[in-house]
Amino acid sequence: MKWKLESQRKQYGRALVELGKERKDMVVLDADLSSSTRTADFAAAFPERFFNVGIAEQNMMDTAAGLAASGKIVFASTFAVFGTGRCYDQIRQSIAYPKMNVKIVVSHAGITVGGDGASHQIIEDIALMRVLPNMTVIVPVDSPETYRVVKTIAGITGPNYVRIGRSDVPTVTDEDTKFEVGQAPVMREGKDVTLIGCGIMVSKCLEAAEELSKHGVDARVVNLHTIKPIDKKTIVRAARETGGVVTAEEHSVTMGMGSAVAMVLVENFHVPMKRVGIPDVFGESGACDELMEKYGLTVDNIVEAAHDVLKRKK
Amino acid sequence: MEVYNGEFIRELEATAKKVRRDAVEMIYEAGSGHPGGSLSAVDILTTLYFHIMKHDPKRPDWPDRDRFVLSKGHAAPALYAVLAEAGYFPVDELHSLRKMGSRLQGHPCMQKTPGVEMSTGSLGHGFPAGNGMALAAKLDRKLYRIYVLCGDGEMDVGETWEAAMLASHYKLDNITVYIDRNKLQLDGPTEKIMSLEPLVDKWKAFGWHVVEINGHNIKEIIHATNEAKGVKGKPTVIICHTIKGKGVSYMEGAVHFHGKAPNKQEFEQAMKELGGDTR
Repeated sequence: MKWKLESQRKQYGRALVELGKERKDMVVLDADLSSSTRTADFAAAFPERFFNVGIAEQNMMDTAAGLAASGKIVFASTFAVFGTGRCYDQIRQSIAYPKMNVKIVVSHAGITVGGDGASHQIIEDIALMRVLPNMTVIVPVDSPETYRVVKTIAGITGPNYVRIGRSDVPTVTDEDTKFEVGQAPVMREGKDVTLIGCGIMVSKCLEAAEELSKHGVDARVVNLHTIKPIDKKTIVRAARETGGVVTAEEHSVTMGMGSAVAMVLVENFHVPMKRVGIPDVFGESGACDELMEKYGLTVDNIVEAAHDVLKRKK
Repeated sequence: MEVYNGEFIRELEATAKKVRRDAVEMIYEAGSGHPGGSLSAVDILTTLYFHIMKHDPKRPDWPDRDRFVLSKGHAAPALYAVLAEAGYFPVDELHSLRKMGSRLQGHPCMQKTPGVEMSTGSLGHGFPAGNGMALAAKLDRKLYRIYVLCGDGEMDVGETWEAAMLASHYKLDNITVYIDRNKLQLDGPTEKIMSLEPLVDKWKAFGWHVVEINGHNIKEIIHATNEAKGVKGKPTVIICHTIKGKGVSYMEGAVHFHGKAPNKQEFEQAMKELGGDTR
């Protein structure tokens, strides 16, 4: 499959500027990475409503909370690695616990950060955020969906975590695709096995489904863009109708999206399952494709997992 | 300089005494809590809520109210006592501190308690949140002011200094930070655990207007706050020299009363010293 590759960050910047025009009560914070996260687009359009806090992510999250407590809708951005682990207590105490209207939108998530290496490749942020009460966790699948997600969450009061990547990602939706928090769209119908992906791995799932069809396997593909609240209905229906599930995520398999799906299945409808994702190890420097290959995030990995699940189905 | 008649100050002092009684009683009844740092902060809190701040207990969400953030959230009993005394909720409710179903959590929760502006307890968060409120006021061209009370132990927290830089950078002259400088933290004297001095120089170096006062002298608290209101283009910090456990002899300067409730005998003595009944 030949995908068009587009930037999620660019759409984030675009959505912010549009929202800034619509909503005078909106402010944006960044921690010295605005040209990378693209909050700089908002800063250029609305300098008085943009606050760069410097390299001080903890301070950013608490300041965001104070702005939200004063009626502002706040977007706070940095790289995913700095916007979660480094300021976890601030997010927990001042944003999640008091249900502040703060949108934490972070870029450069996952191993596709590439050359910067393990220090910058966060593979545990979904785990950190999904365990927080009151937090909504969203992984937009592509560039157009990033735009829709940002526009949508601006209209929802409460804390949100949105994870996007550094590199351009395959576009699998179009301008007309709908986005609703917690509603996982089925990207491809199928009856033999279900491939549930999030983020960049959805395109890999679609490619894997194509590959599987060559072997007479009819795979369903689900875009689980909202990790929390999780779409139990779509997951359980897929399990019931296809009898097996493979999850694929650019995140540690420990407590990421796959684990969330596993919990739903174990408690509701038990079927053979396999998680594709980064094993319980840190990453390293390298080109995106090389890293995806080494850490088990390829189409082949998904196909292999699907065959394993199909074997266990019998 | 304003001239105060003695009676007005005496009234505030009487209120502070009642707040001290309430705070100790609440902690005694709860069987846990932080008496030392609650008592050292009482005069500052009382002066803010009963003299300095523009606020309306009948309308906790009045948009133009001054905001107070208790960054040292463990002094919650003192804050609750002041809020109840001011009329945010019934004084009787103070007995529910730390109990199941209570609106008065062990540390302040803005979702539950009327008048609480920010959920705090994990140290170092309230002050930067206050900065967020100050930025919002500037954006909205509102004249309300933000008052923050930090513990001196909170000066150990790196984020405190991030927030100090931010307030100074954005010229937040609408925020005033009080430091309850009781010189003790949980494990011992602040200068033994983690040296803070020269604290005045530190704040000055961060671009703040600095005032030092006796944090138990209501006149000084009022004067320093008025001075802060007049400072333009930079934030003000008021370093309030206080005594941990102030008002209860055996708690004063006693590090072990940082986070321990008094027993029955100790409670009765505290009430005697603070001029209250033990019922």
